Formats: sequence, C-alpha cells, structure tokens
Amino acid sequence: MRKVFLVLAIAVLVGAGAIAAAIYATDPKRPSGPVATSHGTQQSFGEIEYGRYMTVVADCAACHTDPHGGEPFAGGRPIETPFGAVVSSNITPDRETGIGAWTDDDFADALQKGFGRDGHMIYPAMPYPHFTEMTRRDVDAIKVYLGTLKPVHNAVVSDTLPFPLNIRVGMRAWNLLYFRDGRYMPDPSRDATYNRGAYLVEGPGHCGACHTPKTMLGGDKTAEAYQGAVIQRWTAPNITGDARRGLGSWSIEDVVQYLRTGHNRQAAASGPMAEEVDLSSSRMSEDDLRAIAVYLKGQPGQGDGAPPVASDTPAMRAGAAIYGNSCAACHGRGGAGVTGLFPTLARVPAVQQRDPTSLIRVVLDGAKSVSTQAAPTGAAMPSYGWRLDNGQVAAVLTYIRNAWGNQAPAVSASEVASMREQLKRAN
Amino acid sequence: MRNVNRRELLSGTALVMFGTMAARARTVQGAIPWAPAAGAPPRPVLSGPWHFFTPAEGRTVEAIVDRIIPPDPEAPGGKDIGCAVFIDRQLAGPFGRAEGRYASGPFLTGTKEQGSQSRFDPAAQYRAAIRAVDAYSKQKFDGHAFVDLAAADQDAVVGAIEAGTLPIEDIDTKAFWTMLLKNTREGFFADPLYGGNHDMAGWKMLGFPGARYDHSDWIDRHNEPYPHPPIGITEAPLWSPGRPSGVSDGR
Amino acid sequence: MRKLPHKDVAIIGLGWTGAIMAHGLAEAGLDVIAIERGPWRDTASDFSPAYAPDELRYHIRHELFLRPAQMTLTFRNDARQTALPIRDWGAFMLGNGVGGGGLHWNAETWRFLPSDFVLKSHLTERYGATFIPKGMTIQDWGVTYDELEPHYDRFEYLCGTAGTAGNLKGAIQPGGNPFEGPRSRPYPTPAQKQPFSATLFAKAAGELGHQAFPQPSGNMSQAYTNPLGVTLGPCTFCGHCEWFGCGNYSKASPQTTILPALMRLPNVAARDNCEVLRILLDKTGKRATGVVFVDTDGEEWEQPADLVLSCAFTPFNVQMLMLSGVGRIYDPATKQGTIGRNFTHQVVSTAQAFFDPKTHRFNPFIASGAIGMCIDDFNGDNFDHGPLGFVGGGYLGQVQTNGRPIETTPVPAGTPTWGAKWKAAVKENYNSSVYAGSGVHASFYAYDDVFLDLDPTYSDRFGRPLMRMTMDFHENEHRMSAYLTDRYAEILKAMGARQVDKLPRTGHYNVADYQTSHLCGGAVMGTDPNTSAVNRYQQSWDVSNLFVIGASSFPQNAGYNPTGTVAALAYWTLEAITSQYLKRPGPLVQT
Repeated sequence: MRKVFLVLAIAVLVGAGAIAAAIYATDPKRPSGPVATSHGTQQSFGEIEYGRYMTVVADCAACHTDPHGGEPFAGGRPIETPFGAVVSSNITPDRETGIGAWTDDDFADALQKGFGRDGHMIYPAMPYPHFTEMTRRDVDAIKVYLGTLKPVHNAVVSDTLPFPLNIRVGMRAWNLLYFRDGRYMPDPSRDATYNRGAYLVEGPGHCGACHTPKTMLGGDKTAEAYQGAVIQRWTAPNITGDARRGLGSWSIEDVVQYLRTGHNRQAAASGPMAEEVDLSSSRMSEDDLRAIAVYLKGQPGQGDGAPPVASDTPAMRAGAAIYGNSCAACHGRGGAGVTGLFPTLARVPAVQQRDPTSLIRVVLDGAKSVSTQAAPTGAAMPSYGWRLDNGQVAAVLTYIRNAWGNQAPAVSASEVASMREQLKRAN
Repeated sequence: MRNVNRRELLSGTALVMFGTMAARARTVQGAIPWAPAAGAPPRPVLSGPWHFFTPAEGRTVEAIVDRIIPPDPEAPGGKDIGCAVFIDRQLAGPFGRAEGRYASGPFLTGTKEQGSQSRFDPAAQYRAAIRAVDAYSKQKFDGHAFVDLAAADQDAVVGAIEAGTLPIEDIDTKAFWTMLLKNTREGFFADPLYGGNHDMAGWKMLGFPGARYDHSDWIDRHNEPYPHPPIGITEAPLWSPGRPSGVSDGR
Repeated sequence: MRKLPHKDVAIIGLGWTGAIMAHGLAEAGLDVIAIERGPWRDTASDFSPAYAPDELRYHIRHELFLRPAQMTLTFRNDARQTALPIRDWGAFMLGNGVGGGGLHWNAETWRFLPSDFVLKSHLTERYGATFIPKGMTIQDWGVTYDELEPHYDRFEYLCGTAGTAGNLKGAIQPGGNPFEGPRSRPYPTPAQKQPFSATLFAKAAGELGHQAFPQPSGNMSQAYTNPLGVTLGPCTFCGHCEWFGCGNYSKASPQTTILPALMRLPNVAARDNCEVLRILLDKTGKRATGVVFVDTDGEEWEQPADLVLSCAFTPFNVQMLMLSGVGRIYDPATKQGTIGRNFTHQVVSTAQAFFDPKTHRFNPFIASGAIGMCIDDFNGDNFDHGPLGFVGGGYLGQVQTNGRPIETTPVPAGTPTWGAKWKAAVKENYNSSVYAGSGVHASFYAYDDVFLDLDPTYSDRFGRPLMRMTMDFHENEHRMSAYLTDRYAEILKAMGARQVDKLPRTGHYNVADYQTSHLCGGAVMGTDPNTSAVNRYQQSWDVSNLFVIGASSFPQNAGYNPTGTVAALAYWTLEAITSQYLKRPGPLVQT
C-alpha cells in the first residue's frame, strides 16, 4: 500500500514539477530588494538572548545537530521522511559550509520560503511552511544568535532522496499545492494569550509538522489540523481539544507541566516528543507554554469513534491476563500508573489514539521517557518483544485500549508483525 | 571481534562480565544510556537430544533424580519434571564449565570452612560420578547398572553418595552430592525455560506463583489461600488469544 | 600507560557512596570522574520485571555479582592455617557494576544506636574494662550519633525510607523502635504493609513484653519523589529483592535515587568496565596524584586528580590501600599497623518455625526485601549484659524476604534431605512455616586476630595479591548467638508454632555458609592514627587528599544492616569536604 502511494506521489510531483518549471522560467529565487548586511556579534546581549530563545522555540538544534557526536548546529543528521532521508544542513556561521556568508535576507528566504541560498529549493522536512508565519524580527533574531556560535566546518551532503525526488524543481510544484507564504495575522476576536499561542504553534513551534495528518505528498491536511499523525514509526497524538483523544481532559496546567517537564499526572514523553521536550519546550517560558496550551485546547477534535471492543472476546481475555502478568506491576491493576514514573493507561489520550503505532513499538522495543531538570527520573519501559508474540502484543494493546472506559480500535497481529519487521530493520 | 549477541552469552544463565567477551568499557556522560530493545532476556533451552550427557549417562541421571525426588500421585518425580534435562543443559553451558570460578592454583586440600577447592568443573565431576555410580552398582548388585536396579537398591546407591562411601576418582563424593542435590532441586523449581519444572509442576506442588511480579492484591489477605496459578517467564496458558481460559497448553 | 586529562576528583567505584560523593562534589562545582569495575546497569535494560523474577539466574547463578575469577579473597580461620582462595562465593556476595551493593540489597535501612558509636567508652563505663573479652579490639568511632543524625536523615529522605519513628527529638513514639536514637523528623513515607507472619510475630513479641516495630524499609510503601526530583514507585511485594535488581523502580538504589540526577550534571563522567589498579602517590608518599585503571582491552590509563575517593566495597578499599602503599599493614604478631585491622562481618542466626498447615497459610512469596516486624530489645547494649557473659546483640525479626522455592523450602529437623519424605515435608510446610534467613541479626565485634592482609600465594588476573582474610568466631559470639536465638525461638513458639528448630551460629566461621554481605572494617576510622586508618572524616591519616569511604571505616560492626550508616558517613564526609577541605585542602584533623 505504501509503495503504491509512493509511486503515485512521484508521478504527481514529476508532472507538477514540469508545470512549475515552466512557471518559474526566470530565477524565482526571491523578490528583488536591498541586500541586508549580516549582523553578528556586535548585537546586544538582549538581542542575542532573544535569538537564543527563539532558536529554542523553533527547536533548530533537534534537526541540525547530529545526535551521534555531532557539533551543535553543524548539521548532518538524517531526517526521515516518507520519501527517504533528508540530511540537515550546517547552520553554524562557518563561511564555507555553514551560513556564515548568508545575509539576513538569505536566511529569511530559507526559513520562510524554502529558498536555498544557492538557488535550490529546500525540502519541507525543514518546516518553512510553518516558519513562514514567523515575524521577521524573530527570524532575524535566530540568525543573530546562530551568528554567535562557534563556526564548524562540516560539509553536508543533503541530496539523498531517490530520483525523481532529488530534482528539487519538484518542490516548486509542491509549494504551489501546500505552501502559503505569509506571516501570522492575529485574530482580533481572541485575547493576547490565544494569539500568542497560535503564533507559537503555527509558526516557530511547528507542532503541525508532526501532529497534523499529511496527504500522500506530505502536505498538511489542514481540515484535520493537530488531530494526530504517524511519523517516523511513532504516533504523534491528537493535540486538539478532543475530549477522548486530545487535550480535552487535560487542564491548562497539565499541558504546561507536560511541555515543561516531559511528565504530568498521566503522561510521559518518549520518542521524538522526548527530544522536543528536552531541547525545546522544557526551556521555554511558562507564559509561552500556557499560551500554547490555550490555543491547542481550542482546536476542534474528531469526536468518539466506534464503540469499544467487547470485554469477552478472546483477545480481550488474553489481553487482560497478559496485562495482569506483564504490565500491572508498574502501570497498576486499574491502569492508574504512577505520576512521574509510569504513564496512566486508563482514560488517557495516549492509548486511545486511532493509530496504535507508538503503542506497538513501545511494547516491542521499550521506550525511554525524557529526563528533564524538573523531572529527572527518565524511567524506561522495558522491551517485551521477546516475551510476547504478535498475537499477544495485539491482545494486550487491544485490552488496554478498551479497558477501564477506554475506547479505540482493536490492534491486529499483522500490524504488530509489520512493526516488528520495521523495527528490526531500524535497530 | 565477533559481534556477540548478549542472549547467546546467556544460555545456561551465567553471564561472565569480564575478559574479551564482556561489554566494552565506555564513558557515560550527560544521560543514562538506553537503547531500543535493550536487555538480556533469557533464551529458553531447546528440547530434543541430550546436549551434554551420552544417552546412557542421561538415563542414569534420570534414574538418580527420580530417586532424589520420586514421583507421587500428586506431583511428578525428578525424571518426568525434567531435572535431568535441566542438569544436562546446565552442564553444557557456563555452569558446567565453572565460568567465573577462581581457577588459579595451587589446588590444596583445605578445611570444610574454606569451601570447595576442587580443580574439576561440574561437567567433569558429573562425568566421573556417573561412571562411579555404575561401577558401584555393578560391584554391589551382581553386575547390574544403576538404571536396572530396583528402587530400594537405587536408594542404597544414592545413600552411598550422600554418605560419601561411593568413591569417585579425584572427586570429593560429599561435595558432589551437595551439588547434585542442589542441581536436582534447581531442576524441580527453576523457571521452566531452563528445561526442568515441566508444566510448572514444581511450583504447583507448593502453591508458588512463579514469575509474577505483583502481589499487591494479596498483601492484606492474611491467612488466605493465594488464588492465582503460576506463570513462567516465557509462558502462561492464559496469554494466548483463542485458547479457552483455564486450559493449560502444557509445553 | 596513557595519561588522561586532569580531573578534580577521581572516584573508585560507583555504588552508594560513589554516587553520593559524585553528586555532592559535582554540585559543588568540581569536575568528577567515577571509575567502576563492573558494567553500567539500569532498570529497564538489565532487570526488567519480565525476567527479573528468575531465581536461578540471579540468586543461584549470581548474575549481578562479581565473579571470583575477576577478583576474590583467600580465607583461613586462624593465622596458623594456609589461606585458600574463595573459588565460589558463599558467606557473602560482592556486588559488581554501577549501583554496587545498593542494587542487590534488601533495602533494610537502619541507624546504629547512639551507644554503638562510643562502644568502648560505653561498655567500660557500664561494666568495667575487664568485662570486655581478651583480644577484643573495639573502639569508639570518633564521630557520634548526634553528628551523624542529619546525614542519616538525608539518606532516608533520598531513599524515601518507609518506617515508623520511635523517637522524635527525644519523645518516644507509639509503634516505633523505642531504643533508637532521637531522629529530627519522621520517616519520609509510612511503613510498608505487613504480611501475616510479621503481624503474628509482632503480636507474640508484644505478649512476651517486647516492643515490635516495622523494619525501616527502602522498598516503597507508596510512590515517592526525593529531594533530587527522582521518583520511585510503590513496591508490589514480588519477593525477588535481595540478590536481584528491582524491575519496577520501587527499591531504593543509586539507580532509583541518584543516578538520573547525577548523570544530568555536565561535570560528571562515569567509566564502566574499568578496574582501578592502584592509587598513585607522589614522591613523598603523602599525596595522591590520581589513579591507574585498566579498560576491557587491557590498556592502562593514568587518571590524574586532585582528590581521590576510594568508594569500593569493604575488602577492596583495604586492598586498594595496601596495593598503593598507603599506611602500614596490620601485623597481628606485633599489633602494629592499621590497614587490615579490625576487620569484621555479622553474626547471623535464625530459627525455623513450623505451624499447622490447616490453620496457618503464610504465602511466603508475598514479600519484599525489608518488610517485617522487629524488636530491638536485645540489640547493642539495650539489655543488661552483666549476668550474660558476653557483649553485643542484634535485632530479632520476622523479615521474610522471599518464598523462592530453590532457596526457601524449610523442612523440620530430622527430615531426610531427599526422597519421598523430603518431598512430602517440603509440600506440607512450604506455606505454613516461618523461616527468616536472618531472623537474628547480630553484631560482630573486632578482635586482634581477625584481619585482612595480602595473600603471599594467590593473585588476581592482573597479578595483584588477593586480600587474605583471617576470621573466626570467638566464645563471645557463640554465647551471644545462643542467647539471641533462644529469645527469637521463644517468640516463634509464642506465635503458635508446633515445632521450632533453632539454628544458632556455632563452630568456626565458614566461608561457604551465607552470613549476609556485611563485611566491615579493615580501614577503620578513629581519633588515634595508631589504631585507625582514617580520621573521623574518613580521610586517610597518611594521604590527606585520599578519602576511604564505606563500611571499611566501621571500627566494629553493630547488630544492624550497615547501609544506612555507610551512607550517613558518606554524607558526613561530603559535608566535611565541601565545607572545610575545599577551602583549605589538607588534613582535617591534626595529629
């Protein structure tokens, strides 16, 4: 199924790319205008510090630092996309291999329009469709901060997608379909907190990059914004105000605490969200986290789906036995969990997502929750892939997704088998 | 160096964390190390032919463990529960090779307070002892091997091991008995994944609930029978969807 | 040998004391490296609840422990014998890897009695100097209970210790241990729930006029977040505690209390699977310049450091001093020298009680490392030793840590060890007997003929001489064990047992017979450099930038599990280093 989509996607892109190439027969790189000079270390401490903060909000470090011993912001990290890996660029001020020679406008064009400085288009793995919402001041501030870093000479080869996706002209077509250039416009009917939250979420925070469902071309399904998606073999859960699957049952304080510490009374961040908390939201201001919570809780959810799986099916019975023998010693017999240590399973969004991808992989492979200054424990879930076969993993997940008032589609053994294969390849 | 799967190292359970097979020295900084699918879960022993014993040795050990823990109407004996299979797999693994034991000489005879000073590993001790058991049986009982003796005569031979009156070449018979008795009990009561305790019968005999990790529902239930059946580390009848509840699939 | 960049602090061993010191000194701003002989160990990776309850692997085959092939000791009962190597562990178990003994302990978290710290003065004052047996070399610690109290408190709040206070600032509390020293505040968490056998024990002890109280436990009675922000979960009574790692973060250990906070600090690094060979001294022999360690490739590295902390297990702290030429090795003939002197262990005994299976069902597998009810009426000098003719004592308790069937299948005395009768007896008594492995947990006081030195014959894999331990029980210990075991058996009888079999400690110390892993002394603390290796701050008298931290500092062992006192001493030393030593490096006590 996935392959069919990929072929389709390629076909559409190639076609659209040809049209786009025709439209931009002349250099479309950017509108003409005065070339701004690069700022640098002569900026005030206040400006640098503000830039550092915006760099944290935009979570630049996550992608632009190679976690396997790379220098901060020197790039080289492969970013997995449905179409292949894209390697992040060096954004230290090295003149040859980084952005040391870039003007402010070069930088703003890259961040907000997806135009590379050498005329090529940037893949939207770099979230310019979100960063386009940012104010120019914030964009400039990031550049100021990056300009204060130690230049690192690290030439990155970023063209790693297969043909025809390696023809970046295809991205112009993509932009026609999915990219709207423009800054965030405050909603005058909402208060300042909501608008600040909207700006952060839509713009620098780029939450939708993971949490908004994607079309087969990787564009946002804007009508289902923040209703959850699957990315890099993880479920990015629904973060709307949805009562069952989203943040509807969390207070503003719950959301803030989760973003600040990686943990709250129910949940623990692991996987890509652990990285986000570690590098970004745990370092953001309480006011900004509050604004994000207000905005997200205000987004429309998807409503309840099908009724829960009946408790007397063979899978539910086996699942209950497995749960009692393998899970209850940590998560509790009623799925209550332990705050800061073991996530709650009863009536929480994480286990009731329509898509069970994260749950399957966490049972098979285990997971490590994030350790933060405020919540350093960073407890880990052990791997159960060696103990439970595919049917048993499916059974116990079907059970936790439908016990204690939970309600979510059953998990099948074949879904588990597929994930087991994918993880084997990835590990 | 060959990339050694940690689980391979664990067959027979004793993981020796030194020498060239060990985990590599490393520096830990900034965060607690973690990796997906981390861990060293046990690998259940394979059924099938003996790994260490010859067929004749296997039969002799089965007969011995069946006298040490004889069958009765309520619980199997050492043979049927798999004690000999357990011992066989243990002797074929790190335990049999005495991995991790301090093996430098000189080997001197000490006091009993100084613990075992034998230069022979368990595998060698068993091999010699089985030979000695048959020699002793043949000498005392008209040329009959141990397996061919009546139960009472077998008990007499086992009693001679316990008493230390059955000579084993180069081996302290009483020390061997201590090990044999311990290994037999291990085979009766260790997790079934090691080849003994078939169908968790040893645990069922006692009412021991096995590899359960949560008894918080019963800590307050003083002087009441514990209600849950045992589970193994890698098996429990109720875990498989589609199987009627309460029916064991055996192994 | 390759030389590494300089560090402020090099720590040998990353168990309880290494972790406490590393955290405190890193928080004080120092650049710290901890070097650990064994592997890194962590909960979900190394003892997941899915396979942690494996008696064969962890208890019988010793997965988490040091292998004798890596390092062992030699042993003899007295100096006339030839010591032979301990080829397989028996009397004690030695931890290996990050967490050390703190990973596999039962988490019985005691404080010593105030009188334990001034033992010699106290006994001399009460009974006269001649009451102390000949050859017994007990001495005062140089630190008092009152000085250690804040540090005991700090450790208990680190661990979330579950218990019932018996003495709050001098006021005796109902339900607690009335003999304990005054504590500044209650335990951080309430006592654990008690199983049936413990409640019966408490009732019977009460009827005999004793005061039972819950054993202080590092197994959590409820979820707890400590002052470092690290959270532990509630104990689920799995019955696989001592000798095992805890799979659900409910037993206090370095892993569950300190390491998550410690490893976040940018100025801390740990090396695992690296064995320190010796402490380096400068030409004067009065100053440590760092340590030498060897990695898994056999490569030797020099780690220079300003401050060296030996935080290894008891005999290995002593061995490190001897191999590095710090101080003078004790000579039993001349009684001169301090390194290796006053080596002690524990005197543990018990009794087995058999009840009618029709009326008693104990479910012994519903257990945790430190749940149980104890009495302290016969510990230390809480009772009049005058008419008894011995010194020392211990706590008595029904602390049933497990019902694991390879280890714990008690049968009445006289039952054959095999055959149908044995099998029937095991079956009949498994659920209706009480068998606390260390029901009587008593002191081991020091003697001039119990000591450590270097073995002349046997060596480790690097060619270093093994520690030679010379140890035996004396008349005093036999009398004490007989007396305490009788008292214990009385309580078991009063619980309604139909048969009680006493198992007092008799005969020689036997290195194959498990006794607890509480090896103590050998580099003891004190006020006189002629009778102690370290001063009251665990600072070497000979090398002032070397601290030797652990139970090796105990001048003699009291009738309690040692970890609480080991940790309190570590915090006491930490405070001395940060508040005094760092301001003016040098001896903290002038000779």
